[in-house]
Amino acid sequence: MSRGQTPGHVPGSDPSRLWRAVSYGVPLAFLALFFVYPLASILERGLRADGSFASPLDVLTDPLTRDVVWFTFWQALASTALTFAVGLPAAYVLGRFAFPGRSLVRALVIVPFVLPTVVVALAFLAILPPELERGWAAILVAHAFFNVAVVVLIVSTFWASLDRRVSEAAATLGAGPWRSFREITLPLLAPTLAAAGAIVFLFSFTSFGIVLILGGPAYSTIEAEIYNQAVRIFDLRAAAILSFVQLLCVGLAVWITLTLEARAGASRALRSERDVLRKPSTARERGVVIGSLGVLALFLGLPLAVLVERSLSVGGGYGLDAYRALSRPTSALLATPWEAVWNSIVYAAAATVIAVVIGGLAAFAVAGSKGPRALDVLLMLPLGASAVMLGFGFVIAFDSAPIDFRAAPWIVPVVQALVAIPFVVRIVAPTLRAIDERQREAATVLGASPGRVRREIDLPIVGRALTVAAGFAFAISLGEFGATVFLARPDNPTLPVAIIRFLSRPGEPNAAQAYALAVVLMGVTTVSILVVGRLRLRRSGWF
Amino acid sequence: MTSCYKRAIPHCAGLRVLVTSCYKAAVALVLALVVIVGAGCAGGGEESPSEVVLVTHDSFVVSDAVKKAFELESGLKLRILQAGDAGEVVTKALLTAGNPQGDVLFGVDNTLLSRALDGDVFEPYESAALEDVAPRYVLDQEHRVTPIDHGEVCLNYDKAWFAKRGVDPPRTLEEVTLPRYRDLLVVENPATSTPGLAFMLATIARYGHLWQGYWRKLRANGVLVVDGWEEAYTVRFSGAAGSSGTRPIVVSYASSPPAEVIFREPRPSTAPTGVVEDSCFRQIELAGVLRGARNEEGARQLIDFMLSKRFQEDIPLAMFVFPVNRDAELPPEFVKYAVVPENPLELAPEEIEANRDDWLREWTNVVVR
Repeated sequence: MSRGQTPGHVPGSDPSRLWRAVSYGVPLAFLALFFVYPLASILERGLRADGSFASPLDVLTDPLTRDVVWFTFWQALASTALTFAVGLPAAYVLGRFAFPGRSLVRALVIVPFVLPTVVVALAFLAILPPELERGWAAILVAHAFFNVAVVVLIVSTFWASLDRRVSEAAATLGAGPWRSFREITLPLLAPTLAAAGAIVFLFSFTSFGIVLILGGPAYSTIEAEIYNQAVRIFDLRAAAILSFVQLLCVGLAVWITLTLEARAGASRALRSERDVLRKPSTARERGVVIGSLGVLALFLGLPLAVLVERSLSVGGGYGLDAYRALSRPTSALLATPWEAVWNSIVYAAAATVIAVVIGGLAAFAVAGSKGPRALDVLLMLPLGASAVMLGFGFVIAFDSAPIDFRAAPWIVPVVQALVAIPFVVRIVAPTLRAIDERQREAATVLGASPGRVRREIDLPIVGRALTVAAGFAFAISLGEFGATVFLARPDNPTLPVAIIRFLSRPGEPNAAQAYALAVVLMGVTTVSILVVGRLRLRRSGWF
Repeated sequence: MTSCYKRAIPHCAGLRVLVTSCYKAAVALVLALVVIVGAGCAGGGEESPSEVVLVTHDSFVVSDAVKKAFELESGLKLRILQAGDAGEVVTKALLTAGNPQGDVLFGVDNTLLSRALDGDVFEPYESAALEDVAPRYVLDQEHRVTPIDHGEVCLNYDKAWFAKRGVDPPRTLEEVTLPRYRDLLVVENPATSTPGLAFMLATIARYGHLWQGYWRKLRANGVLVVDGWEEAYTVRFSGAAGSSGTRPIVVSYASSPPAEVIFREPRPSTAPTGVVEDSCFRQIELAGVLRGARNEEGARQLIDFMLSKRFQEDIPLAMFVFPVNRDAELPPEFVKYAVVPENPLELAPEEIEANRDDWLREWTNVVVR
């Protein structure tokens, strides 16, 4: 077999060709059917609104559009910067040190990520000082709160696989810690920083609930404007034009970050976590661990504590009434709240399987190429495309046999997987790229087939990244991201849906039950992430 | 590809499972898609339908017993599809006009009605049960839509707040602009919230072309605008149980005071909040048979059922709105604590549809900019 050649570029061998066809073909087919086709359908419908395509200049030159695009752009950029400022110290600590409760910290940090926007926004209103509770500052803080998990988990996972000896060697040679960080660690981390940055930027760019609630009526993003045009004004044409603007901005941002990610991804000997992490030994190191995590705990814990406090409040005092009520049928839902918990878990499990399989294949496909290819950019777009338009796209694209999927229950996990796949790719691909080519070559020289190289070299190193990605996929699905909100669905409510229903009814017990369900969602998330982590440890026993 | 099976290397055992299951899962997924598409082809559904599908908004609730009663009576399974708020539901109905997602749409209200009728989404049906409904609720003489319930959006006030300070609560829309009510009112943004829109329409119905002047006065008097009802009522309003809000006047519903009683333990003898009757705007929620419905007969049966006493008497405690059937009895909590305004403010659906965008723009200019 193709001696001396690397697995990504093996011509001629049949299993390899099949693998390439599958790793490109399956993700491409999935995206074409469930993303490009519905989105193109609704955009075409919108642009053809009056029978013919008219010039979009009137919408594009509207000063309101200009203001909205500008605000969307800079708030996303600033939110990303703030998220990094809050998340990087913790990513450093989790990526370098072993300490008791480390996996619990990693499971807890993802909790804000899954909470419904309105619940978090109301919690923020309770703790922000009155002069800060409305306006752009509140928006940035809330975005950082939601997205800090992306930075902490993605960066720390990669960091924990970087060989300690490189920076230790630099220190021996006299480089100070700052210089060693700047010249050694930072370039090594660059691909994963770019990946995490891209995701945080896209989430902030398309944010809309947070902007409307915490910004007040004077602030709006492109996504909020698309919603306004499509649903409130029913001007599909304007909505479609704005969707194009949004896609263009998002595509550009993705292209830039992916170029960075791919360029920076030089081969390095990646190590398993067990070899890299060590206990903080000096008092200073312990201080850094406690300090970084303490700041993070305060930042994330305060709003979460508000939710817990509200879930316990009963008629001026405290009690567990709201939790006891969860098993009883309620007039707010056609099911008991516990059934909503179960529905959420089932949907999330299905979405995770779809996302890990398709995203995993796609990661192999894109890691083989040096720069961003069309597939890679396409894979990221579901994160930045307009959720409301995609939701409407499903309604009109899958409306007749043989593809009348509009209200099929499985469409929910499929749409959730669309948002989760970019995470899987962005977490797995940088690790795959960073695998030392010499390891693969050595295996090939020793007679390993390309398939076996993938199984025995690539996958053990990628395993860690895959579990992190699976955890994110599960969380994304639990949190009901993206277009699922806009699908018509039979009444088997999920947790976030149930929370919103309770929150929109008057009366204290309803509010308390909404917050109790939010706390349950926090618990389900934490436990799921811990379980996913355990699964990996037990099965491979490698790290 | 098979070598790993034969010479198992201990540490890679688990991952081998992962890889092979990766391949398998990918193939299975493709197969599943093919099967599903095939099933879609085959299941065209020529046989007589055994279910009726109700497309509605997220706030729709029906008691289990009432749902079962319909299913028993009609022999049809009632499937409920919830598709977002009323605006989203109507948008989807417009996008799928002629090839709808269900048989009946419930939840279009007088602020959205014209848009839905212009989009030709309904098939006319005049239910015999309409004879029990007061004519003022019938908004379409062609009966493309049938009224099911009505609810009034009104200013609510916190009785205890005013009693404690010895200030009279406002009795009219006009009074809210007086200096003694400075910084006391919280409203929802009409561009993003249904009650917010209804309250703006109330001011337009009352003041006609002078409505912007009213809002200028409200703004000068310190009105707080928030995004949605949840924030306005549960966070900003002082009268909601458990709220630490500081504003004692809020835009909510005529049915909010009974809700404050029903959900409090122990139940207070009088409602802790009151309604400014003069400020109420009527919302009527309607249902219609969707054009192109698969089960048109079932759709008609469902509309008849929704007007029946059984369903109508279920409405108040399920959705906190009022029945339109004059024979339906209100639950005791509603009789005792709810105010049904005699002559609420109203605007014709056509007028709302023709002007809503302009009004919202003007409102934003006056109140926000």
